[in-house]
Amino acid sequence: MDLIADHISHRFGALDVLDDVSFTVRAGEVVAIVGPSGCGKSTLLSILGGLLRPSKGAAELRGAPPAGSLNPLTFVFQDFALLPWNTVEENVAFPLLHTGLSAGERRAVIDDALRRTGLTDFRAAYPKQLSGGMRQRVGIARALAVRPAILLMDEPLSALDSQTRELLMEDFVGLLADGAMGAVYVTHNLEEAVRLADRVVVLSRRPGRIREIVTIPMTRAERGTADARGPMAALQGELWSLIRKEAIDAEREVQHA
Amino acid sequence: MLDRAPPETKDQSAEATRPVAFRGAGFTSGGSRYSGWIALALVIAVWQLAGSAGWVNPLFLPAPSAIAVAIAKLATSGALWQHLSWSIMRIGTGWIIGTAAGVVVGFAIGLSTMARGVGITFISALFPIPKIALLPLLILWLGIGEEPKIATIALGVFFSTAISVYSGVDAVPRNLIRMAQSFNVPFHAIVRRVIWPGALPSILAGFRITASVALLLVVSAEMIGAQYGIGAFVLQAGNLMQTDQLLAGVVILSLFGLVVGKLINLLETRLLHWR
Repeated sequence: MDLIADHISHRFGALDVLDDVSFTVRAGEVVAIVGPSGCGKSTLLSILGGLLRPSKGAAELRGAPPAGSLNPLTFVFQDFALLPWNTVEENVAFPLLHTGLSAGERRAVIDDALRRTGLTDFRAAYPKQLSGGMRQRVGIARALAVRPAILLMDEPLSALDSQTRELLMEDFVGLLADGAMGAVYVTHNLEEAVRLADRVVVLSRRPGRIREIVTIPMTRAERGTADARGPMAALQGELWSLIRKEAIDAEREVQHA
Repeated sequence: MLDRAPPETKDQSAEATRPVAFRGAGFTSGGSRYSGWIALALVIAVWQLAGSAGWVNPLFLPAPSAIAVAIAKLATSGALWQHLSWSIMRIGTGWIIGTAAGVVVGFAIGLSTMARGVGITFISALFPIPKIALLPLLILWLGIGEEPKIATIALGVFFSTAISVYSGVDAVPRNLIRMAQSFNVPFHAIVRRVIWPGALPSILAGFRITASVALLLVVSAEMIGAQYGIGAFVLQAGNLMQTDQLLAGVVILSLFGLVVGKLINLLETRLLHWR
């Protein structure tokens, strides 16, 4: 199943945030969206996931979702969005309660999602008892449980410390390794974009336009090796050179406002 | 390779060392568990001493022992239970009616823009009225039985509850609602599993307020027109200059308020254990 941004523009009141953004996320592909702060990255993701109606243009799907997918477009949120009154297990079960699965099927799905995220021993814990990294793993387990075709990840690591980010990045690489699941990965962290994405959509500062779509010329497996460090750093540098001037302007702008 | 150094210890140089002065004292919350009780016992002891020594006229301020005797007499004669049961019946009925209506209206205001427009206008207009001022009108409407007293309590409880419920609904983090929507969770399930538990802390905080509103209103209503009830009892004792009885009633009211507060604490620890 492909996800298509078709000439999407958006404005909040008098503020233009997105201007004529078009690209296609092909089945199983990982697309990172980067750009200076305030360029409408998260707004774009909300539009792609059907949580926000664009002022112009549309988000579209092409092709059937994979069999058994309960929620083809599934979000992973920056702030985790866990229900604090529910345990880990109940949080993962939450989206499954109204899907018509039997209790037995549900249990199997939950067990599998908890196992894949290493949360089996934490199933009875409440979110407040967990570290930030474990909380985001609950968010990921919840997303995996509904068998998404495309994960919509809104800065999923930016609320975490750098060591936890590193560990979760390894998890993401593992989860996306078999190409069964695609992702749109919004981030301001170019290193994450280069590590994870097949292609990187670079947005300009507000109103966000597509400046460039960069293909990362390595498989994700190759990127884990020591030899890849040099080329990856070079790619990151290239992306930064695309964004740097706009990031400076964007920062000045925010400070004026 | 990492260049590892051996663990460092204080080197024995000629110059003397001095400790870094501690300056982080104070400004911490939480105090001794017993200090409050000790202070209370001290005040009662001084009060008792003043009474026994004859420093104050017992007609104006009877000693704690006299109040305790009065409470014991009330308890053994059965009068305490008679008055208390009437008050509890009125508070209980009025509180339940007012709370039920307040929760329904509060949720409607929190969830529907139309109900919000209408509801907030009416609540803003009617909330500031001291509800006891409506008792005479309610007596005209409902007769001189229990109904007007219960209705006064229900009204007082209703407005506070409605306000605490809709502010609780407003306070539910939007990101949780969007999360639920992103998983196609149906509206009724979002209300039940996201909005209700999310609003519960504010609703329970509202219960604390409405419990004291109900207590205030029951005493006022009973003073205006009732034969039995703690309010009526306190008023009669005052009219007869029986200050020990009067203060016994006041102590019972205080204990009643404490018990209700403890019950709400219990409810909070049961329902909000996740906080």
